[in-house]
Amino acid sequence: MAKQVAIVAVAQNAGAESKDNFYDQAYAVTKEVLDKAGMTRDDIGTVISASSDVFHGGISCANSYYWETTGAFLKNASRQDGESLFALFYGAMRIMTGHYDTALVIGLCKGSENPPNDTCTLMYADPFYQRGVGLTETMAAALQMRLYMERYGITEEQCAKVAVKNLGNGLRNPYAHKKGRYTVDDILGSERLIDPLTALQVAPKSEGMVALILASAKKAKEIADKPVWINGFGSSLDNYYVGDRDLLNGQLKNAADRAYKMAGITDPEKKIDVAEITEPYAFQELMWYEGLGFCKEGEGGRLMDSGFTEMNGRIPVNPSGGVLANNPYVSRGLQRVVEAVLQIRGEAGEKQVPKTVKTALAHGTHGYAGQCHAVAILGR
Amino acid sequence: MEAKEYKTIKTEIRLPYELAYGATWTRFFEGLKNKTIFGTKCTKCGRILVPARSFCPRCFVDTDEWVEVSQVGTLIAWCYTNYKYFGMPTEPPFIGSLIRLNGTDVNFLHLMGGFDLNNFDEVKKIIKSGMKVEAVWSDDRKGHIMDIKYFRPL
Repeated sequence: MAKQVAIVAVAQNAGAESKDNFYDQAYAVTKEVLDKAGMTRDDIGTVISASSDVFHGGISCANSYYWETTGAFLKNASRQDGESLFALFYGAMRIMTGHYDTALVIGLCKGSENPPNDTCTLMYADPFYQRGVGLTETMAAALQMRLYMERYGITEEQCAKVAVKNLGNGLRNPYAHKKGRYTVDDILGSERLIDPLTALQVAPKSEGMVALILASAKKAKEIADKPVWINGFGSSLDNYYVGDRDLLNGQLKNAADRAYKMAGITDPEKKIDVAEITEPYAFQELMWYEGLGFCKEGEGGRLMDSGFTEMNGRIPVNPSGGVLANNPYVSRGLQRVVEAVLQIRGEAGEKQVPKTVKTALAHGTHGYAGQCHAVAILGR
Repeated sequence: MEAKEYKTIKTEIRLPYELAYGATWTRFFEGLKNKTIFGTKCTKCGRILVPARSFCPRCFVDTDEWVEVSQVGTLIAWCYTNYKYFGMPTEPPFIGSLIRLNGTDVNFLHLMGGFDLNNFDEVKKIIKSGMKVEAVWSDDRKGHIMDIKYFRPL
């Protein structure tokens, strides 16, 4: 789908706690993205939002509450739950129908107000079996981490290096919630909440209102100096019960292969210039390197050791600090897209990677231990 | 929660639900009451799925053959949980575990126990992935997943 739909403007607001309410914060980010594009509400063809009902916001039918904050009054708008990256795909597809020239895609989350992530993720568990055993996303991740380390000889230090990198990268991101210069020992010495995971290897709960304007090829050329094209996307879903799944052979490879195929990429380790990926638990970034084809199975730790994914590496991964630095649970996938767009446009500020970015990858995941993965390929 | 520097409203949502177990969960949990663990066999791929369920999610066909599965198995993965959270199955520390019951083809999610869990250094000496484990039953069984108290090392 090369050069059919472009992202023409992006906006996000800070991830740390805000005294503004959800409604006003959503309005602010919508207004900002429209201003950046030089557009008004009337110029927007359709609206797609990504949000969560009840759990990550405390209000039911949450879209009815916030529709007007997204400029959707009188428009054909739709809401998507689950991985927010899908909202980007739906927006693109609506434009591809030919019925709309523009779409506003918005992800809404104000994590500081919500219960702990574990409280919400316990409720993903079926009430009969898994919830009774206390399964949360964190427990599923800890089990997956144990398997990963034992199967491939991945060390705790290699997992901790992801947190060192991402929390360090977060220092250059004004929107990041958690950031700092840490050592591997700091990471491993943080509270051992659920061994083998330690506290600094677990993403926080953050705020993240993010908005993007998509446009058809014709419209994009009229309104944008630097349109960023959506060249491919893909997703894949695994079984529900964690015990049914091979937690080390998940669906990211399928999702990535579908996105690469659509984008015409056969050698991702050479073609991808920067990646923004969703790693709510540090070790998962290593596993996702493998799923994305940046290295072979079981070699994520070695890839980390080699510096391949550092800011000055061959494929910088999470120059924004990723989800470990900022985890607006519901909108984190779309936030990866915003960061990827800024990198392609050369507008990422201090977190701009020191290379020319022609092609960027954005990744999102939801469900226990990466049940669902979604990948988008963006380019100049 | 401490008071914020700005004005907030504290609110809570309590929503009562009454969810049907359905035929398959009903039979499975009745089994637990009687100290039996039931799985079902997929007629197409032949896998034995536990807990029992009505269809094979991969083959998408009915699983109509019920089998009582072994209460002995192998520890596949574990995590030593040492913090409190809403909905935790018991006071921490506890050990979330994936267990492959003998003769079955998926992992069973439950807890490990039956020894002193308080000192993690001691726990690490006892618990190893790959070890043989066995179900220990609660005396007070209600048709709940925690009718199995935990799995103990064999």
